[in-house]
Order: sequence, then structure tokens, then C-alpha cells
Amino acid sequence: MTTTARGAAPGDAIHFQHGEAVPTRRIPTPMWLRAACYWGYQYRRTWRSSVVTSFLIPVLYLAAMGIALGSLIDKHSHGVDGVTYVAYLAPGLLAGTCMQIGTNDATYPVMGAIKWMRTYLAQLATPLEVYDVLLGHLAWIMARLAIVVSIYLAVMAAFDVVYSPWAIAALPAGLLTGLAFAAPVSAFAATQDKDSSFSTLYRFAIIPMFLFSGTFFPISQLPEWLQAVAYATPLYHGVALCRDLTLGQVSWSDIGHIAYLCACALVGYLAGRRTFAGRLVV
Amino acid sequence: MVEAHGLVKRFGDFVAVDGVDFTISPGESFGFLGPNGAGKTSTMRMISCISPVSEGSLRVLGMDPSTDGPRIRARMGLVPQEDSLDLELTVLDNLMIYGRYFDMPKKVIRERAAQLLEFAQLTDRANDRVDPLSGGMKRRLTIARALISDPDLLILDEPTTGLDPQARHLLWDRLYRLKQQGVTLIITTHYMDEAEQLCDRLVVMDKGRFAAEGTPRQLIDAYSTKEVVELRFSPGQHEEIAPSLAALAERQEVLPDRILLYTEDGDAALAEVARMGLVAQSTLVRRSTLEDVFLRLTGRTLVD
Repeated sequence: MTTTARGAAPGDAIHFQHGEAVPTRRIPTPMWLRAACYWGYQYRRTWRSSVVTSFLIPVLYLAAMGIALGSLIDKHSHGVDGVTYVAYLAPGLLAGTCMQIGTNDATYPVMGAIKWMRTYLAQLATPLEVYDVLLGHLAWIMARLAIVVSIYLAVMAAFDVVYSPWAIAALPAGLLTGLAFAAPVSAFAATQDKDSSFSTLYRFAIIPMFLFSGTFFPISQLPEWLQAVAYATPLYHGVALCRDLTLGQVSWSDIGHIAYLCACALVGYLAGRRTFAGRLVV
Repeated sequence: MVEAHGLVKRFGDFVAVDGVDFTISPGESFGFLGPNGAGKTSTMRMISCISPVSEGSLRVLGMDPSTDGPRIRARMGLVPQEDSLDLELTVLDNLMIYGRYFDMPKKVIRERAAQLLEFAQLTDRANDRVDPLSGGMKRRLTIARALISDPDLLILDEPTTGLDPQARHLLWDRLYRLKQQGVTLIITTHYMDEAEQLCDRLVVMDKGRFAAEGTPRQLIDAYSTKEVVELRFSPGQHEEIAPSLAALAERQEVLPDRILLYTEDGDAALAEVARMGLVAQSTLVRRSTLEDVFLRLTGRTLVD
């Protein structure tokens, strides 16, 4: 096949070099990273409001609940577990926020990319494979979460509730907590046809977890059977891990928390590979 | 370019494509015609390595879709039936992102995007959001997007469905240019005029099988007559009149609103009708088209 020379008309400027490979980068970009780039383009439209929200939420929560409500708690019971309430609450909220963002970004955006915008189908018409599409989306959620967690930690430092250099490690810990939700939730979202299932997910899983997994108070306050339930939730382990890091109370039990969160993320990812393929490759 | 033998696509118990064979050569423009549900899109999705083959063999660009999907898709452009553009982003960003999927350097994408926007007549909309664009513009953008990676093979699934006549003609013109530049095109359509305009060779699909195969001319010669006479009588008269006209045509079709006579010489047949003293409310003599072939092969029953 050759390109024929013809009179000037719109479109003649396109060069078709059949048989020759299209120019690509010298060092190939991993497929999943190409998929993640798409979400980056999307984010360029909304990053301002997103950054403002990421800053405002911790400021408001820490001021209202940590300082105002916390002063009552500190006065009556001398803080929680030996630290001021605001110092106790902050890492719990950090983990809780990571759960919420991890979940949010894996529900509607995943369904939208399947059904409404058909973004995944557009990606699958290119060299990308179905697990690149999934991995790229999860990678993007992590990138966005990294921004949120960094801002959160900075706000915590401003509130003087960071007690240890270990707090740096709260960044990966927060990402891991987010991933422990984003991966299984996206696997679930890919099986759903209507977004009403998401409100059920929030009502019966995410909000109860947010309230009862040690975010606001130690789970020792709960009746014993509920303690067992709380202990089984990924959020409990995310909260405990983040708290140990920002308060500098690192112990061997944190290895267990990390392992549990990794297991949730891995199982979620493997399930996602199946549900994404089941939905998109038919 | 594409070679299929005994190609089958099953969804559970339902057989969408029921053992078809075809070969598409470089530079050819190949059409899949058929009513809705005939298996066109399923065939297309298998060729584009999106949908796994249930049975039979398929080679695309000399490779096996089940193992070389990414490498095949790297040299292929796909225009799906339903647009999958990002409506929130700009026209240009849609092209930029797509180029990134193929790992093209930004500079290369930008240069090529400028040419493609020119080609798609969207240059002045480059920085507008996609959402408010017309259906025809979105379609042209989808085609421009599919061309970003300089594909050897362009696959179009019902490229002009839902567009107004102006938009369709513009799109045909663009596709015709691509054809002249030597791009191999695979097109599905249920518009016969589209197939006649664009396809060098086509197959008519019905219920997952090929009902016929050939150039548009060959198909008309094989499955229809040279001309068609359309006669319209008063309502209710058709059944009564039809038997007396049967001898005038090679084949006759009685529809609720008109009688069609398939014949080599339409004017002669019409003169004969007049000689028989039958007065039609309206008459039309026309050349046979692919539509006649299509309806003969796939029937007039509405397919849902």
C-alpha cells in the first residue's frame, strides 16, 4: 500500500505510513500507566475544588470534633488512650477519609466508565487489556489519594497532633487503606447495572464502618460481639495503623494490620480482574 | 489482512455468528450488511480483538487475536457503534488521550491531531467540549480518534446510523478519501446506499450466517433483476390484480401498499400493464439496488 498524491483537499495532509509502526516513546510506558493518564486528564478539570475540599474537610472536622468536642472529653476523662482527643481522632479520620475516597472513586466512576461514558470500551479498543484498564483506574485513585493524604497530614501537623516521624509512613498507610476499599468496591461496581446498589453499600457498610471501627472512640467501648465485627472490618486495621504511626506507638501488631489491608486489596484486585473481564470482554 | 474460517460467536445458548468464512485483502473496503441482530457487530468485535472467538479460526494482520490482541489493536482503528468519546473533555484532549493509549509522544500526537481535525473539519472546535457537538461532529471525531495511531485497518460499526443526510454525505466523503489513501476499511451497515457508496465487496448477513457475498454489482445481478417496476393501485386491489401481472415479471412481490415487478426491461413491462387496461395510481420504473437484494435475502419481516 502506498500513499497517493492528490490535489489539495482537507485530509490530504494526513500521512499514512502503512506497514510502518506509529512513532512511540523510546521507553515504552506501562499499559496501566497509559490508562491512568486518562483519569489525570479528567482531574485537570476538577483539581481545584478537589484540593480545596481535601483541605477544608480535615480543618472543619478537627476544629469541631477534635478541638471543641475534644475539650469536653479531655476535661472529663483526660483524653483517650493517654493522648488528647484531637490527637486520637485525627488519624482515625484520616483512615476514614481514605476509605470514603477509595469507595467513592470506585463506585460511580467505574459504573460511568462502563455504562455512561464507555471509557473502558474506548480503552479496550487500543493496545490496553482489561487488567490494564482496572489497574490504571486503581493507580489513579491512589495518585489522587496521595494528594489528599498529604494535605491531611499537613493539616494534622498544623493542629500539632503529629507526635512522631513515623507519621511520614501514614501516607502509604492511608493509600493502602484506600486501596483495601477501592479494589473490592470496583470489582463490585463492575457487576452492577444500577447505581442504587451504591446507596445500599454506603448505608449498610461504609457509614457504619466509619462510625464504629475505632475512628471516633476505641472499640473497647462496644459490646463484645460488636467488637468482633469491628475487628473484622478493613477500616479498623487502617485506623489502628494510621493511629500507631502518627502517635509514634508502632508495634508488631501493625504488621498484622498491613497484612490484613494488603489481603483485602489483593483479593479485591483479583476479583476485579474477573468482574471487569466478565463485563467488558464478551 | 483478515482471514476467518468457521468463525462462531456464542453467548450462552444463543449463536450470534454461526460459522462464517471470509478473507479481506489489504486496501480493500469490505462491508457487512444485515438487519439488526444478524451478527454483524459480533463479527466486528471479534475482528477488533475485543470479543473472544467461540470457535473457528481468525487471523488479523497475520496474528492471532487470542494471544496478540494488544499488538493487533496497536495497528487498528475502531469506530464503535456507540460513541465512547469523553464528553466533558475538549475535542483536542480526546485525541491526546487516545494517542497516549498508543504510547505516542505528545509532540507526535499534537501534529497528527492537527491534521486529523482538519480532515474531520473540526479544527475550529478543537478547544470546545465534546458534549454540545452535533451527532455528525461526534462521529467525525470518533473517526479522527481511531486514525490517530495511523492504523493499517479501520473498522467502522454503523458509522452513519442516526445522522442526518448532510452529515452522512460528509462522512462518506471522508471515508472515501481514506479508501483512496489505501486504508483498509471494514464497515457494517444496514444502509444499502452506504454499502453501494463505500464497499468494494460485501457480505449480506442474516441470522449469524452469510446469505450472499460479492461486489455490489454481482449481488444485484445474482439476486435481483436489472430494473424494478413499482405499481400502486387503490388499497385492497393488490391481491386481486397481482395474479394477472405475474407473467410480466421474472419475480413479483405483493406488498400492502404496492406491487413490485422485477424485470429486465421496466418500461416494456409498464407498457404491457397499460395494454391490459389496468390503471395504477402511481408507477415508478427504477434500477435494482442493493436494497432489493437485501430485502430478498433477509426478508421483509421486521427484526427486533
